[in-house]
Amino acid sequence: MTAKPQRQSTRAQRTTVVYGVVCFVLILVVAQLWLLTATMNAWLGDDDAVVWPALGASAACLGLNLGLLRYLLRK
Amino acid sequence: MADDPQTRFEQDRAIDPTGEDPRPAGTAVGGPTPRDSASLIDPRLDSPAREGLTGTARAGVYEPTREPEDVTIAPDHRPMDEQPRWRQDFAIDWPEDHFVARRDFAKFLVLTSGAFVAGQAWIAAKSLLRDRRPPPGRKRIASLAAVPPGSATMFAYPGEHDPCLLIRLRDGKLLAYSQKCTHLSCAVVPKIDQGILHCPCHEGVFELATGRNIAGPPPRPLPVIELEVAGDDVYAIGVLERTT
Repeated sequence: MTAKPQRQSTRAQRTTVVYGVVCFVLILVVAQLWLLTATMNAWLGDDDAVVWPALGASAACLGLNLGLLRYLLRK
Repeated sequence: MADDPQTRFEQDRAIDPTGEDPRPAGTAVGGPTPRDSASLIDPRLDSPAREGLTGTARAGVYEPTREPEDVTIAPDHRPMDEQPRWRQDFAIDWPEDHFVARRDFAKFLVLTSGAFVAGQAWIAAKSLLRDRRPPPGRKRIASLAAVPPGSATMFAYPGEHDPCLLIRLRDGKLLAYSQKCTHLSCAVVPKIDQGILHCPCHEGVFELATGRNIAGPPPRPLPVIELEVAGDDVYAIGVLERTT
């Protein structure tokens, strides 16, 4: 059984992939920004209920972003 | 057939289909004969070694082609020979530059994402610390005689750097709010006749009766100072922060 040769993407294809990943990361970062402002507003209003779930959601976004960046650096 | 690729190939290689040496006698002395060199190639048309030689495909088709974007192109799209000397000496591969710039932008975005998580963690840590803080105590802030109906006075509660407003409405009702605007902590000004608290910095407006934000950029109502009246004295007993 022979190993399947790894397909090498052209630079145009890689640039397209970078655009897609950047768009996705940008959406996640904007969501994190909204999450941070909403959490800060709630916390300053003495509402602690959202603090820990918001931290978890933001950390999940960061994990996703790191995964996408790792994929990007391997391209 | 004059233009038959197979015929042209055999003529170039001096291959006689009958097997005879086409050269004059005696020319084969010294060095390999054309037949010797031709014998290195399998004469069958479908042999792999003859790909590109038999006219079925041009020889250059097996050369690696270059992607158009792999060729460095100056921003003005003129050939490199017509570019200024500095650009010829320091030629930039623009497509590669675009690729690297966007990848670096993705790195910056991920760094920003990490900063947001750090901010969330900071809020969570402050939340833990706030839960352990003891509630503010009872503090005398004014006498009723010092606040006639339709007037307001200032006091500090719970700390000395927490300015607050004690307001007495015309009907005698007492209200107290933090004086810090919830937008950027400017001092709000009570306008009792208009029934509002006005922040002059960015035109924020709060309702006097409830302290709720009704206009401008403030995102939250003013914190309410809980009051207790004992005899002629007014005491502050707690702070009520709200989101709505």
